[in-house]
Amino acid sequence: MNKLEVKNVSKSFDNNHVLNDISIELNKGELVCLLGVSGGGKTTLFNIISGLLTPDNGQVLLDGKDITNQPGHISYMLQKDLLLPYRTIEDNAALPLLLKGEKKKEARKQVSPLFEQFGLEGTQRKYPAQLSGGMRQRAALLRTYMFSKDVALLDEPFSALDTLTKSSMHKWYLNVMEQIQLSTLFITHDIDEAILISDRIYLLSGSPGEIKEEIIINEPKPRRGDFNLTPEFLEYKRRILTLLK
Amino acid sequence: MLKRNFASITAVVALLIIWQLLCTTGLIPSYMLPSPIEVIQAFVSELPLLLENSVITLQEAFIGLFLGVSVGFIAAVLMDTFDILYKAFYPLLIITQTIPSVAIAPLLVLWFGYEMMPKIILIVISTFFPVTVGLLDGFKSADKDAIGLLRSMGANRTQIFRYIKFPTALPQLFSGLRIAAAYSVVGAVISEWLGGFGGLGVYMTRVKKAFAFDKMFAVIFLISAISLALMALVGFAEKKCMPYRNTDIKGEK
Repeated sequence: MNKLEVKNVSKSFDNNHVLNDISIELNKGELVCLLGVSGGGKTTLFNIISGLLTPDNGQVLLDGKDITNQPGHISYMLQKDLLLPYRTIEDNAALPLLLKGEKKKEARKQVSPLFEQFGLEGTQRKYPAQLSGGMRQRAALLRTYMFSKDVALLDEPFSALDTLTKSSMHKWYLNVMEQIQLSTLFITHDIDEAILISDRIYLLSGSPGEIKEEIIINEPKPRRGDFNLTPEFLEYKRRILTLLK
Repeated sequence: MLKRNFASITAVVALLIIWQLLCTTGLIPSYMLPSPIEVIQAFVSELPLLLENSVITLQEAFIGLFLGVSVGFIAAVLMDTFDILYKAFYPLLIITQTIPSVAIAPLLVLWFGYEMMPKIILIVISTFFPVTVGLLDGFKSADKDAIGLLRSMGANRTQIFRYIKFPTALPQLFSGLRIAAAYSVVGAVISEWLGGFGGLGVYMTRVKKAFAFDKMFAVIFLISAISLALMALVGFAEKKCMPYRNTDIKGEK
């Protein structure tokens, strides 16, 4: 069974048709990218999946259960880390547990063993302003993970980072994902990023947003360090560029 | 501390010296302006009386401030939660602040007598406003995306208030509190001045009638000292409540 399934979702705002008949699937442990131009309705789709927006048509299923228009099942992570500046990293990460009614002490106890796995050791008592951009995104992902242990919804999470940090974050993310068995739906407008980390890519065309093509990246994981320099990589890139035209 | 405030301390000391010189050289007659030394002497000799009256004034200020801040807090939360209340009462809120407190105080005395009640009401009127306005601004500045994220995690209204709106508004709350603390002392003194049995304001009317300018100056300095102390107390609480503000960007606390 699919971990997450979006079935025939459409959405309009006033007369603006933003999403048209979108269907996507995410299997367990998979990383699927939603690649599209800016303004293509990616964020609208994200809000629908996370339950903040109601689609005009269609359904969102998590483990086969209908969660359309129900916030509180899937959490997302954005380019903006949205860490609360007045809470320590530990207390930021523990926030989803506190929202579920967990006691502060118990919540911290559950969070602390994960700091090492997420490459965040030593930052428990620090405040977000004391961390670098990459570290803050790690903390934001840890918070997302504390909320839902099996599906992560990421909306351009690394696009504000510099190239080198970004590429090390990709490696880090794929590694963490494998360890904690996370299934990821990843939104991006960066073609290289999508090819580099995805198992599959959905191409989203703009106004109205439709799934134009599904591309499977047949490259074993963990990926070679120089995968982005290989002819295969360029072939994927050429195909995507042609399709997006 | 000494180094940081060197300029302002020097300025104060210089002013005191000039003041003292003006008085001792007889340029300004002593019945018009007492010298700093005379003020200090008056302060020492009047200390028991000043303390006795301070207790009354401080009592009023604290009760008034506590009630004013509570009213201000509740008003801000209600106005933030229900937009209709915001639209209905925000203009009224502004109007309450355009009426000078010297004008309301005698009315309050007429209505509620010479006891503590009218004083506390006046302090509530003048202290709730900075708190309400500060909090409202603070609540509105809360990050919409962060609220959306918490909602997506299933947070209810109370949780959004507790984890985002309230902590976001803390700096503004403390700015409001600092102003309110100063207003509370001034408000107490004004309302005592305009009718009462005790307190620093009543003491002031008495020494004024006696043309005891040295005592007048002594009580003025005492009142500003009390206001400053209250503001420092708020500043201390501010530091304790917002430890994340005391940290350097990269370093430890």
